[in-house]
Amino acid sequence: MASTDTTPKVAAKGKTDDLAGLEAGLDALDAIETHRTPVREVLVQKVLPPLLAVGLVLLVWQILVAAEITDETKLPALSAVWDSLADMWNKGTLLEVIWTSVSRGLLGFLLALAIGTPLGLIVARVKFVRAAIGPILQGLQSLPSVAWVPPAVLWFGLNDAMMYTVILLGAVPSIANGLVSGIDQVPPLFLRAGRTLGATGLRGARHIVMPAALPGYLAGLKQGWAFSWRSLMAAEIIASSPDLGLGLGQLLENGRNNIDLPGVFLAILLILVVGIAIDLLIFSPVERWVLRSRGLLVKS
Amino acid sequence: MATTLAKAAEGTVAEQHAHAARIEHVSKSFSGPAGSQLVLDDISLDVAPGEFVTILGASGCGKSTLLNLVAGLDKPSAGSIETPGGRPSLMFQEHALFPWLTAGKNIELALRLRGVDKAERRPEAERLLELVRLGGAYGKRVHELSGGMRQRVALARALAQDSQMLLMDEPFAALDAITRDVLHGELTRIWEAANTSGSAGNLSVLFVTHNVREAVRLAQRVILLSSRPGRIAKEWTVGIPQPRRIEDADVAELSLEITEHLRGEIRRHGQH
Ligand SMILES: Nc1ncnc2c1ncn2[C@@H]1O[C@H](COP(=O)(O)OP(=O)(O)OP(=O)(O)O)[C@@H](O)[C@H]1O
Ligand SMILES: [Mg+2]
Repeated sequence: MASTDTTPKVAAKGKTDDLAGLEAGLDALDAIETHRTPVREVLVQKVLPPLLAVGLVLLVWQILVAAEITDETKLPALSAVWDSLADMWNKGTLLEVIWTSVSRGLLGFLLALAIGTPLGLIVARVKFVRAAIGPILQGLQSLPSVAWVPPAVLWFGLNDAMMYTVILLGAVPSIANGLVSGIDQVPPLFLRAGRTLGATGLRGARHIVMPAALPGYLAGLKQGWAFSWRSLMAAEIIASSPDLGLGLGQLLENGRNNIDLPGVFLAILLILVVGIAIDLLIFSPVERWVLRSRGLLVKS
Repeated sequence: MATTLAKAAEGTVAEQHAHAARIEHVSKSFSGPAGSQLVLDDISLDVAPGEFVTILGASGCGKSTLLNLVAGLDKPSAGSIETPGGRPSLMFQEHALFPWLTAGKNIELALRLRGVDKAERRPEAERLLELVRLGGAYGKRVHELSGGMRQRVALARALAQDSQMLLMDEPFAALDAITRDVLHGELTRIWEAANTSGSAGNLSVLFVTHNVREAVRLAQRVILLSSRPGRIAKEWTVGIPQPRRIEDADVAELSLEITEHLRGEIRRHGQH
């Protein structure tokens, strides 16, 4: 191992740092300016397009009705659906029906959250458990949750327990799988950086793995909500009984039994609107906030 | 980078060790589909307390592998590595800052994992940001910072570990020349300050690069690694006094000499 010495030469004087000024300049050039999009822009870019689309659908609907493509027993007039809505509102049952379903859906979702989260953690972190139930958990996601209604009815009868069972069987796999894939996608660099900082074991899970897996977990929650809502509607449609209280699913089924087509359309629209509204009001803002704070949301 | 605060947290006083890192006959091989590949072969290297050493070598010669071994992220296949000053801190080639935390909180996490009291974390984080001349960046998200600022926050976070040894894996490779130049100045200043401030502990740096001028600009000692397998090919002691500039004549002169050796190393592989 040869070692070569270079003779120290006299250090040039006046070389003392003039880098500070340079540095400030670089920072000023580099700093990314963030600005909020003005409200008007948001309205034009985000709110207007979907409103136009909905308006267009309603317009086409009304044109089809006016052209009398089919008779009223196949396609009700918009006004008839509107009348059904006004009727329910006047009787004071509208909010009650919506609340029955929404409260069931949200409570079921919270239960699914409480079960799916630890389940996902265990599946992601314990090799044996993953090998044992990982594939089953993934397979369950493709099983339509309506399939669980008959067994749930046989197990519990026509009551709330049966509803929640169907919701759980629909939503728990989505939530657990979302967490598992969130954890799987944590960049190894973060884990290594965490280890050099001393975050191992439980501390690593808490400070590195969980926050890093949050975006995947949130995506799982969003999907979990969609599954909860769908499962609940399936349960309500199939297993309608006076003891259960009137939810949106039962409203739909009653419409069919009474050959009340406007009522059926109204129920479908309400189910759709409520499902979307919960997603837009709760899940999307949280997800956007998380993604934006990490710079993962590209403004277009 | 030892602070009185850090020492109080650890309950010990920085002791002087004979070396900051002792790497003895370390070999490392990876087993892949095409059999086992020897990446590092019989590396022996001592880093003295307070010393600044750069490791220079062609791409793929095993520099990162060596740093990972010293950092304890991986185990050597043979030989031993001691770091008597405790677990070294490691600065990755990519900044490796956590995007879910602000710049300040990234540093505070390092402090927290080191066991610093809650009340002391914030002022200490601000002091470290000040040290890398990023006083106003405490509440900034990682994606709001430029590449150079990210590397500086990463440096501050590494310093927050208050280890006696700083491992740096091509930390400035992705930066433009002027920013890199600025950060060389910062690093030299911080390293010198840590080693001259009386009672404070030593800070040794093991800095990996494939840029010859950068190696000469920074180091007291330059180690050249050969490729496949990585062995220590040659070693230079750099006597040029700091502050140096990357464009200095004596830096250029030594760089030229080392580059010749590096070329020779690479050429050797083309001969068969
Ligand atoms: N985990 C691994 N498994 C198998 N082979 C590996 C592994 N890590 C590194 N290697 C191999 O070891 C060799 C050295 O890799 P290393 O990353 O240490 O190189 P390097 O000197 O840091 O290169 P660069 O300058 O490009 O960063 C490479 O040939 C690489 O393919
Ligand atoms: Mg490397």
